[in-house]
Amino acid sequence: MARAVTPRRKSLNTALAWAVGLLIFFPILWTILTSFKTEAQAIASPPLFLNFNWTLENYAIVQERSDYMRFLWNSVIIAGGSTVLGVIIAVPAAWAMAFVPSKRTKDILLWMLSTKMLPAVGVLYPIYLLFIRLGLLDTRGGLVVVLMLINLPIIVWMLYTYFREIPGEILEAARMDGATLKEEILHILTPMAVPGIASTVLLNFILAWNEAFWTLNLTAVDAAPLTAFIASYSSPEGLFFAKLSAASTMAIAPILILGWFSQKQLVRGLTFGAVK
Amino acid sequence: MATQHSRSVARLMMAPAVILLLGWMLVPLTMTLYFSFKKYLPLRGGDLGWVGLDNYIRFVSSSSFWPAVQATLVIVGGVLVITVVLGILLAMLLDQPMWGQGVVRILVIAPFFVMPTVSALVWKNMFMDPVNGLLAHLWRFFGAEPISWLSEASMTSIIMIVSWQWLPFATLILLTAIQSLDSEQLEAAEMDGAPPLKRFYHIILPHLSRAITIVILIQTIFLLSIFAEIFVTTGGAFGTRTLTYLIFQRVLESQNVGLGSAGGVYAIILANIVAIFLMRIVGKNLDA
Repeated sequence: MARAVTPRRKSLNTALAWAVGLLIFFPILWTILTSFKTEAQAIASPPLFLNFNWTLENYAIVQERSDYMRFLWNSVIIAGGSTVLGVIIAVPAAWAMAFVPSKRTKDILLWMLSTKMLPAVGVLYPIYLLFIRLGLLDTRGGLVVVLMLINLPIIVWMLYTYFREIPGEILEAARMDGATLKEEILHILTPMAVPGIASTVLLNFILAWNEAFWTLNLTAVDAAPLTAFIASYSSPEGLFFAKLSAASTMAIAPILILGWFSQKQLVRGLTFGAVK
Repeated sequence: MATQHSRSVARLMMAPAVILLLGWMLVPLTMTLYFSFKKYLPLRGGDLGWVGLDNYIRFVSSSSFWPAVQATLVIVGGVLVITVVLGILLAMLLDQPMWGQGVVRILVIAPFFVMPTVSALVWKNMFMDPVNGLLAHLWRFFGAEPISWLSEASMTSIIMIVSWQWLPFATLILLTAIQSLDSEQLEAAEMDGAPPLKRFYHIILPHLSRAITIVILIQTIFLLSIFAEIFVTTGGAFGTRTLTYLIFQRVLESQNVGLGSAGGVYAIILANIVAIFLMRIVGKNLDA
C-alpha cells in the first residue's frame, strides 16, 4: 500500500530499516569478510573490518584439506535428488486433489500435513536400524529417500495450492473438445503449472539443502553433505576462524542466492497456504 | 463434473504419495512403540525382553527428565517471544514507505537460508568465543569482562542463535499479513485522531492475530525438535539438553533404545498436541 508520507518521515524509515537490516545481516557479512582474511587477521584485536589484505588462501586450503567438492556434490545430489523425486510423486497427487476433489480430499491433505509434524527424534532409532539392515547408512540414496519423505507433505501442499488457482473452466473446455486426460495434463495443465512447480522445487531444494537432523545422524564419511562437513568444524583445533568462514561461505552462498528468488513462495510453502 | 472414471484415475494418481507417507508414518512409529515396551540394548545384550511400561516410567522419573522439559520450554518460549515481538515491529517497519525496501527485505530474510550447522558454528566461534569472539571485543571495548557465552549464559546463547534463525520467518509471514491490511481503515483512524498505540491495539493487532497464531504454531513444531544448534554448540551440556537432545543421547549415544523410544513416544504426543491446533486453522482455510 503506497501511502503518502513526508520526505522526512520516509528518510527516517529508510535509515532505521537499513540499520536494522544490516544488523540482522551482519553475522553473514562478517563470515564472508572473515573468509578473506588470514587466520591471524581473523582474530586480530581490535577486529579488522575492511582494512586487511584480502586473500583467497582459505578457500584453497579448505578444498585441499577436506576435499570440499565431495561434500558439495553430496549436498547437490541429496537435495536435488530428493526434490526431483518428491515432485514426480507429488504432481499427480496434487493434481488429483485439486481437480477431482472428493469428500476425503481435505482429510488426506491434513493427514499428510500431520506426518510432517512427526518429530524426527521419535523415529530416529527405527530409521537408523532400517538403514543398517538395508545397507543404506551413509549412502546418498538413503538420504534422498528420507529427505524426499519428510518434504513430500510440503511439496504436495504447495503444488495443491498452486493447482487450485488454475481455473477449472479451461479443463472443462478441453474435455468438451475431446481432450484425453493425458493431453489435458500434458498440453494444458503443465504449461500453466510450471511457475508453481518451479517455486516448489526451489523451496524444497533449500529445505533439503539445510536439513540437519537426518543428514547428521545418517551419514559418516561417504555421503556426508555440507551440513555434516561444517559440523566437523565444531571440535576446536586451534585457530580456524578464517577457514571456518570460507567453508561456511561456500556452503551458504548458493542457497542465499536461490533464497532471494523464493521469498514469496517461502510464506506460502511454510504456512501450508494459510498465509499467502 | 467428475465422472466415475476420473475418480478412479484420481485415486490412482494419489496412491504413490499416500502409500509412501503411510509407510513412512506407520513403519517407524510401530517400531518405536514396539521398542518402547522392551529392554533393548543393542550393544549390551540386545533384546532383553518385554518390560511393560517400565521405560515410560523410567524416562519421566530419571533425574534428567525435568531439566530437559524445562530447557525445552525455556528455549521454545524464549524464541517465540523474541521472534513474535520483534517480528511484529520489523514487519511494521518494513511496511512503511522507504527507499531500497527490496534490499532491506533481503537482508532481513537472509538468516533463514543459512544452514543450522553454519549459523550455530559462526555464532559459537566468531561471536561468542570468550577470547576472540566479536562480542568479547565489544564487551572489552566498554570495559566489561567478556562472557563465556555458551557455558555461563548457555540458554541465552542458544535462544539468541535460534531467534536469529527464526526471526526472518516470523517477520516475513507477519509482513505478508500486514500488507493485506486495508490501508483506508488505518487512514480513517488516523484522521479521527486515534493515537498510534491505539491504532496498533485496535486495528493492526487484531488483523494480525491469525498470522501470529500460525507463526507460533509452526515455529513451536520446528523449535521442539531443534537439534543441530545444540549438537554443534554445547552438545547438550550446561543445562541445554532439550527433550529432543535427551532422546537422541539415549538412543544413539548410550544405545538404550527402549528408554529412548519411550521418550520418543512422549515427544510424538507432545508434538501432536500442538499439531492439532495448527491443523484446525489450516483446515478452516481449506474450506474457504
